[in-house]
Amino acid sequence: MSENLLILLAPLTGALIAGLLGRKIGAKASIGATIAGMLVSAVLAIQVFLRIAAQDGQVIHEEVFSWIVSGNFKVHFGILIDRMTAIMLIVVSGISTLIHIYSIGYMADDPDEPRFFSYLSLFTFAMLVLVTADNFLQLFFGWEGVGLASYLLIGFWYKKESACNAAIKAFLVNRVGDFGFALGIFTIFLVFGSLDYDQVFQMAGSGKFKPTVDFLFFGAVDTITLICLLLFVGAMGKSAQFLLHTWLPDAMEGPTPVSALIHAATMVTAGVFMVCRTSPLFELSETALGVVTIVGAVTALFAASVGLVQNDIKKVIAYSTCSQLGYMFFAAGVSAYAAAMFHLMTHAFFKALLFLSAGAVIHAMHHEQDMRRMGGLFKKIPMTYGVMMIGTLALTGFPYLAGFYSKDAILESAFAAHTSVGTFAWLMGMMAAVMTTFYSFRLIFMTFHGQPADHHACDHAHEAPWSMRGPLVLLAVGAVFAGVVGLPVIDAGWFKTAIVLAPGHDALAHSHHVPTWVKVLPFVAFVVGLVAAWLLYIRLPTLPGIIAETFRGTYRFLANAWYFDRLYDWMFVSMAKKIGEGLWRTGDETIIDGYGVNGAAATCTRIAGWLRSIQSGYIYHYAFVMVIGVLVLVTVYT
Amino acid sequence: MLSLVTFLPLFGALVIALGVRSNPNEARYTALAVSLATFLLSLLLLHGFDNQSADFQFMEEVAWLPVYGLYYRMGVDGISLPFVILTTLLTPICILASWESVQKRVKEYMIAFLALESFVIGVFCALDFILFYVLWEAMLIPMFLIIGVWGGPNRVYAAFKFFLYTLVGSVLMLIAVLAMGIKGGTFSIPELMAFPFSFQFQVWVFLGLFASFSVKVPMWPVHTWLPDAHVEAPTAGSVILAGILLKMGAYGFLRFSIPILPDASRFFTPLIFSLSLVAVIYTALVALMQRDLKKLIAYSSVSHMGFVTIGLFTLNQQGVEGGLLQMINHGIVAGALFLLVGVVYDRMHTREIARFGGLVQRMPVYAVIFMLFSMASVGLPGTNGFVGEFLILLGAFLASKTVAVLAATGVVLGASYMLWVYKRVVFGEIRNPEVAMLDDVSLRELATFVPLILLVFWIGFYPKPFLDVFHVTVQHFLEQASVVKAGAVAIR
Repeated sequence: MSENLLILLAPLTGALIAGLLGRKIGAKASIGATIAGMLVSAVLAIQVFLRIAAQDGQVIHEEVFSWIVSGNFKVHFGILIDRMTAIMLIVVSGISTLIHIYSIGYMADDPDEPRFFSYLSLFTFAMLVLVTADNFLQLFFGWEGVGLASYLLIGFWYKKESACNAAIKAFLVNRVGDFGFALGIFTIFLVFGSLDYDQVFQMAGSGKFKPTVDFLFFGAVDTITLICLLLFVGAMGKSAQFLLHTWLPDAMEGPTPVSALIHAATMVTAGVFMVCRTSPLFELSETALGVVTIVGAVTALFAASVGLVQNDIKKVIAYSTCSQLGYMFFAAGVSAYAAAMFHLMTHAFFKALLFLSAGAVIHAMHHEQDMRRMGGLFKKIPMTYGVMMIGTLALTGFPYLAGFYSKDAILESAFAAHTSVGTFAWLMGMMAAVMTTFYSFRLIFMTFHGQPADHHACDHAHEAPWSMRGPLVLLAVGAVFAGVVGLPVIDAGWFKTAIVLAPGHDALAHSHHVPTWVKVLPFVAFVVGLVAAWLLYIRLPTLPGIIAETFRGTYRFLANAWYFDRLYDWMFVSMAKKIGEGLWRTGDETIIDGYGVNGAAATCTRIAGWLRSIQSGYIYHYAFVMVIGVLVLVTVYT
Repeated sequence: MLSLVTFLPLFGALVIALGVRSNPNEARYTALAVSLATFLLSLLLLHGFDNQSADFQFMEEVAWLPVYGLYYRMGVDGISLPFVILTTLLTPICILASWESVQKRVKEYMIAFLALESFVIGVFCALDFILFYVLWEAMLIPMFLIIGVWGGPNRVYAAFKFFLYTLVGSVLMLIAVLAMGIKGGTFSIPELMAFPFSFQFQVWVFLGLFASFSVKVPMWPVHTWLPDAHVEAPTAGSVILAGILLKMGAYGFLRFSIPILPDASRFFTPLIFSLSLVAVIYTALVALMQRDLKKLIAYSSVSHMGFVTIGLFTLNQQGVEGGLLQMINHGIVAGALFLLVGVVYDRMHTREIARFGGLVQRMPVYAVIFMLFSMASVGLPGTNGFVGEFLILLGAFLASKTVAVLAATGVVLGASYMLWVYKRVVFGEIRNPEVAMLDDVSLRELATFVPLILLVFWIGFYPKPFLDVFHVTVQHFLEQASVVKAGAVAIR
């Protein structure tokens, strides 16, 4: 067994030990087993990253075993580690390890600790399978695997009705996305006869494939556009993009470490990873890239706008995640894949930090999540305040912190693309940047500043144990330095073969040469957002209420997240239930059974009465009828 | 050898009938021993089976009534052998599952089960149409009795509905079989596969067989016997019904309709696709709204079997192999789900979903097993359900994109009813005081699940050994299916 395989198998082993033996060996041993597995994985991941980064474009590619073979359809499990995967390995293993450690403190009172750690490690395994995949089906395997872990963890507190519902919602919305993903995979096989990245990308690059495919009622459509858009539907589901975003805010029902790991740092970025990974295909379709850009840009603005008015501390961060994912997508859409990956990496640090700090706040406030009932906490939990401030500054693009480099790279690339969709994305991104700063500082101000809304709870607030604070500090270090340290990844060609660019798609390269005002504007946005938040939540704390009252319609529209939940509930959930009930009662019971079966039975009874008279009981009567029957048969069929 | 596997259970039934007196345990142990022995013997078959040959193997031929062209012909190939094994695997599990839940007429119950096993294996091995027909009908009798004698309160209605549906189908099938035999001059299935029937003749015969097979699958709209039969049947009856009897319809299409009547099969493919798609979507929606846990699983079976029939009629390697594998998968997963219903029914004597809730707090192991099979049912990668569903949809996509897209919506719907029911049964607070008194699965119950769990993962991660059994036979089958028997003249 190669050590590369061990990166994946170590967390799986931990998950199995904690999951299957958890109740026998107890919580401590289970936690120990999972963390040991994570440490092995993280150390090996760092090692392999250094190896890959040191070599000039070498990739590790191993075939593990043959999975499904049917006719000319052949798929195996494999491990592909190039520079893109190597970055993901570090992010996934590293942050997952920190979150395992954090959870020791956060979940200490929970009777189901072994189960929790088992799920966390299982998730990590699936995510690692996803990023090391060398073919589309294995990608799909990891994709649905992380979905399962997400479902299990959102519904971790299974006694809560809302948690169970949120879990189901997450699974189903993702299934809708995966529906598109699966069709994309089928189309890839139909066109290229293979699902291996190598072969598909090579054939796509050489242009040796059918340029159009007949698809449903659309007629002949461009092959690559179709494939990319279908795959992108999957990415939209997993990365909670506009229209398929509704599950992410609800997913906050899960324990906070889960929100940090799965619903901020890693799983939700899988969609971005997928688009970057398939850059050899996306580069061939301007249409698909345009769609990615627009969806990303709209999501960035939409989610930020909703984040402005949320009162649940976790929901603010959740919408923020949704919005930041939008940034990554429109970066990919303007072919600045490296910038998307860069932001993915920095975001993983500061967003995990924000969630875990929020977790520390929630922990300190005895499971209170409503920011309106907080306030004035900075004196009670100064360290949490400090790290959360670092996370906030990193997110809002304060100079020289992580987000500053990656977000600016994205915005400048969008501007430098000089296409109409690129400019649109830049505009949306700038507006969203103002909102980002506003809602982030609104969170800080409402939580830590001002007067405590609940003196009793505030007095009892306390700092988290060291198992929680340690990871916070490490993540804070990451949130400060990930940008500077990671900056080389957006240099031209750092990703080597992992990213393919079509000629002329050089927005990222040109991003260094945008006018100065474009470079300064994000900082202006930061200042505007900060001042606005300060005015509304420190200087004139009564003003937000007045504004909400004056623009009631707008406020409610935003607070209800543009009413998507209600629309979907009505359109899909109640409709499906109504149709199901109707088909059952009317279709099955009334029509098929009522008129068909029971009707036939009643007719039979009538005929039977008549037939009874024929059943004379004399053998020769029957024999006679049989002879006639055989005769008829023979006559008809010869 | 093949006959030994086939008739060993019947022999066991005879031993119980004659040798065992009134002690129910004696009947239970004898039945278990016989069924396990049969399972082991069937593994020998698998061991001796040559993957690389598309011919029928372990052939046996004895003249029965040669004057009338009646022969006892048996043999298996890569299509039928897996179902023989599935049968021999599920039977001991069923017997184990009935250990405590069946208390009246234990002896007769075991006799019925073993007889059923013999007939079912016979159906899968028969290579003579008359023999096939006789066994096909014979099998109905023990099944009818199992539902009618050991079933729930409404068992008589259910048993008769089951009987009526299948009888109507059987009569039409008999006519079709006789017609083929007379026209082809033989009832030997391998010989009939080569006989050039005219197109018109094929169409009529196809419809005759279709009447019987579609009821068994069951396809929409002749599926309504299934939910009733399941609800009334004892647990083990449901397992056999879902696990094996439903497979016989699809097996019929594969063994007879498509190779013997290839032109008609291609002609009717759009019809099969349409009915299957309706089944996939319609019954999934109906399943969503069920109040009775068992009925929900029953409707989900119809939906899943819709996938199977789509796969078989794609007439390409991926679709057919996916369909075959999904038949096995469904036998495992639906079987296990019915066992799971049985576990709580034995304890609470209800199947009403609303009366459960919070089971996980009392039955954590049960909750894990239920989750596992739910995931297999919704086709999560890593479970057997994924491999089957994926191959079917891939095959369907290659055959017709519209069919694949519509069928794939079933995957989303399947997840909705399964997760929703899981939540209502397993998660949540305990509301019913009876739930608060439940015990987790016993060792005996666990023993019924373990082999199925292993298979779920084995097929999910390494389906190769299973697919290898299919490959060559399916290739041969596809060659047969692509033959134009009737010639251009007959197709009008």
